[in-house]
Amino acid sequence: MNDLDDAVRRRAIHRQAASIIAAVAPFGIVFGAAAATAGLSLLQAIGFSALVFGGSSQFAAVEILGDGGSVASAAVAGLLLNVRSLAFGVVMAPALFGAWWQRAAMSQLMIDESTAVGAAQSERRRRRYGYLVAGIGVFVVWNLTTILGHVAFAGAGDLITDLGLDAAGPAAFLALLWPRLSSAPQRRTAIVGALIALALIPFAPPGVPILASMLGVVAARFGKLDEQPSDAPIDESGIVL
Amino acid sequence: MSDATIVLIVMTVGTFALKSAGPLVLGDRPLPVRVQRAVDLLPAALLAALTIVSTMGDGREIVIDARLVGLVVAGIALWRRLPFVVVIVVASAATALTRLIS
Repeated sequence: MNDLDDAVRRRAIHRQAASIIAAVAPFGIVFGAAAATAGLSLLQAIGFSALVFGGSSQFAAVEILGDGGSVASAAVAGLLLNVRSLAFGVVMAPALFGAWWQRAAMSQLMIDESTAVGAAQSERRRRRYGYLVAGIGVFVVWNLTTILGHVAFAGAGDLITDLGLDAAGPAAFLALLWPRLSSAPQRRTAIVGALIALALIPFAPPGVPILASMLGVVAARFGKLDEQPSDAPIDESGIVL
Repeated sequence: MSDATIVLIVMTVGTFALKSAGPLVLGDRPLPVRVQRAVDLLPAALLAALTIVSTMGDGREIVIDARLVGLVVAGIALWRRLPFVVVIVVASAATALTRLIS
């Protein structure tokens, strides 16, 4: 591979990563605001964004905590949303070569965006490069916008409802869900999951209806047998964090 | 230690285990088909539940209020393939407006 070709490919990777990194910024602000509204301190909000580093799982945990759910239901719901990292790890493993501590450090960046950019490249060195560029870029932007959102909306109180910002959480969850609804088994799973959760609200402590929704996965089995759940667990638009 | 800090610690450890299992332990051995299928579908169930509960839940009560209008507007914006910022802004605006006129 000559240098010119390499430079061109790197630029292409930078372009892909840039659009995905930019898309994360508003999500980060909404997460920071949601964390502030749920009563988390700035340090706790940053802790979630830097240490957990998995957008939808952070949203889930903060939503359940803010709603008065138990520690266990918040943590389990959050972890269930990160189970897909396991599948991403298997996809990316051959590209993330190096000493064990290097592989451990790179693993922290295992999110939808880094996996999407990495897996889109053709050779393992470029796969690793794409994964790292997108992962580090999203990490920086995600944490900075978390701080921004928290600082801007901490103590906002009535302003949140006056501006209708309490609808930002539901809208963010719907936006995360949206790209997944393109396949029939995913749609069935989502509908049944939502119905289970809705039906349980009056009867179970906050957080439990969310956990029970995972039984919706069973609903996907009632489709045609030759249907595939989804070809790509990763959304190329980068909206799924 | 506050509840949020405990959740943070548990999720940090658990999430890192999930993220690093492939690169550190499993390598590229594919997951069993049933497991892979469940892993693919799990987020759809949980995100749908979170959408509904954060829109209509209030502790143990189901409430229908201005948030639902915001969610419907968000759905329309997503269907029209508008960017995320626009989705959030129109959903919030619709919710605020509904409160104002009701």
